[in-house]
Amino acid sequence: MNSPVRSVLVQATSTLDHPEAPPAANSRTFARAFEDIKTAWQHRELWGHLGWQDIKQRYRRSVIGPLWITISMGTTALALGLLYSQLFGESISTFLPYVTVGFVIWGFILGCVNEGTEVFIANEGLIKHLPAPITVHVLRLVWRQTLFFLHNLVVYFAVLAIFFTTLSQQYMMGNDPEPKPGVGWEILLAVPGFALLAINGVWIALLFGIISTRFRDIPPVVHSFINLVFFMTPIVWHAGVLNKVSGGDGGWRVLIAELNPVYHYLEVVRAPLLGHVVDWHHWAIVGGLTVVGWTLALIALRNWRARVSYWV
Amino acid sequence: MVSINVWNASVDFPIFDAKSRSLKKLALGKVGGKIGSEGRVPIIEALHDITLSLKHGDRVGLIGHNGAGKSTLLRLLAGIYEPTRGSQRIVGKVAPVFDLGVGMDPEISGYENIMIRGLFLGMTRKEMEKRVDDIAEFTELGDYLQMPLRTYSTGMRVRLALGVVTSIDPEILLLDEGIGAVDAAFMAKARDRLKDLVKRSGLLVFANHSDETLLDFCDSAIWMDEGRVKMHGGLREVLTEYKGHDPFERMSAEQLARLGYSSPVLSGNGGE
Repeated sequence: MNSPVRSVLVQATSTLDHPEAPPAANSRTFARAFEDIKTAWQHRELWGHLGWQDIKQRYRRSVIGPLWITISMGTTALALGLLYSQLFGESISTFLPYVTVGFVIWGFILGCVNEGTEVFIANEGLIKHLPAPITVHVLRLVWRQTLFFLHNLVVYFAVLAIFFTTLSQQYMMGNDPEPKPGVGWEILLAVPGFALLAINGVWIALLFGIISTRFRDIPPVVHSFINLVFFMTPIVWHAGVLNKVSGGDGGWRVLIAELNPVYHYLEVVRAPLLGHVVDWHHWAIVGGLTVVGWTLALIALRNWRARVSYWV
Repeated sequence: MVSINVWNASVDFPIFDAKSRSLKKLALGKVGGKIGSEGRVPIIEALHDITLSLKHGDRVGLIGHNGAGKSTLLRLLAGIYEPTRGSQRIVGKVAPVFDLGVGMDPEISGYENIMIRGLFLGMTRKEMEKRVDDIAEFTELGDYLQMPLRTYSTGMRVRLALGVVTSIDPEILLLDEGIGAVDAAFMAKARDRLKDLVKRSGLLVFANHSDETLLDFCDSAIWMDEGRVKMHGGLREVLTEYKGHDPFERMSAEQLARLGYSSPVLSGNGGE
């Protein structure tokens, strides 16, 4: 129905002389997916600056600024720590730090998952106007969450200082038959633990972000599901309490925690910070999840990286 | 060497309405059996079979009616859209200026915005710090740069955006129309800087409706029509074909002198 468009080609200073044959369309290759991640990493200054800006932005014109992050975390941890230590009949000096650390780490995971689903949708303007690897937006998100995490860590250090006398010695917790050796230099194990967590945050945001951009039902589904995950995960309750119920080895109930991937992510960071021993199986499971997750994210990146700008 | 090559590229936009963008339809569609084409996502063919080769030194004007695909073509050349069919290769650092507002945050100061916009355009923080004074001087915003951007008028924002864009060193410069909204005196100044910028950049593609601006910055042109390249050639020939008359015909002697043409007979370049 269109009238055939008359195509007039006038030789100008530089046209028509195509230097080489057209290469095969190479949008969907793993090479391009890796290149996206690599280039994004090289743009550290950009997402680093933007991540800071996001935090400053949120607390602009407030008197104490980002300190609010710390204060709100402190209040929540204090209230819930007091409440749940009483509910479970635990000692405040061990359970309050436990809840605090759990909350701080959970905040990071929650941020990566929740905001990850909207990472591309929220950056529509930038994606459509500036050529940049899409991973830049993901790294900005994870960096921002890391900064939040570091702000919240102040609460942990405050709690650690208050209960140091208890935490620095061997102590018992929950119905766990194993005594906890107490806080020592093993605390530094939390650094690789958190690094691993952040690496996982990147694939989660990449994968969920790409899928959510195409299917807009995913974000609300994830947002409501994640609340359930919070209650299912040993954050305000201790996994050892599962043993108490059956009065012995816990039976099948231990699976409630063990089958929950979030529990293992929590443990690799939380256990060193509290002076617990990180069971090797937590590391193994987190390592496995990292490999599986990144494989899925890379496949998504390979297939739909170039489609994201069409979908937003 | 800076270059952009595009081979038989098409850009098709899937249009997801609220329904087809949900999983429900995908899942139910399989159960429900064949509803024919209804279940498929409607597509808008924004660009069709584009083959282009631009290289260092090219100054290309992009003309065509609204909706002809100019902006989409610019985004294809920027690498923002990768072609759905065909292929493209871009060599060089791209600085697109499509929307002066993108990357600008109303709540932060002008200085901060200069920094962020520069980083987005591929500059490093150090490079931008060196340029901040120059931008401040050019924009004539003075102490206003300390104020949050929301206190700026539209013209002041455009000044700021132009100041940043014209201070960088792009290899490939892609400009969409819409650089206006500043007073004439500033525009004259911006024009000089823009010219300087074009001189520094390796490759320019400029979408614009004004003959004068095009003649000022470009020497060749691409005429887009219904998502296709209708004509690609010397600026004067393409403009003559597009408008139906020679662009120099209706210009005052004064304009011609400013453009550097002593007589209307003289052509820019190209030609048969």
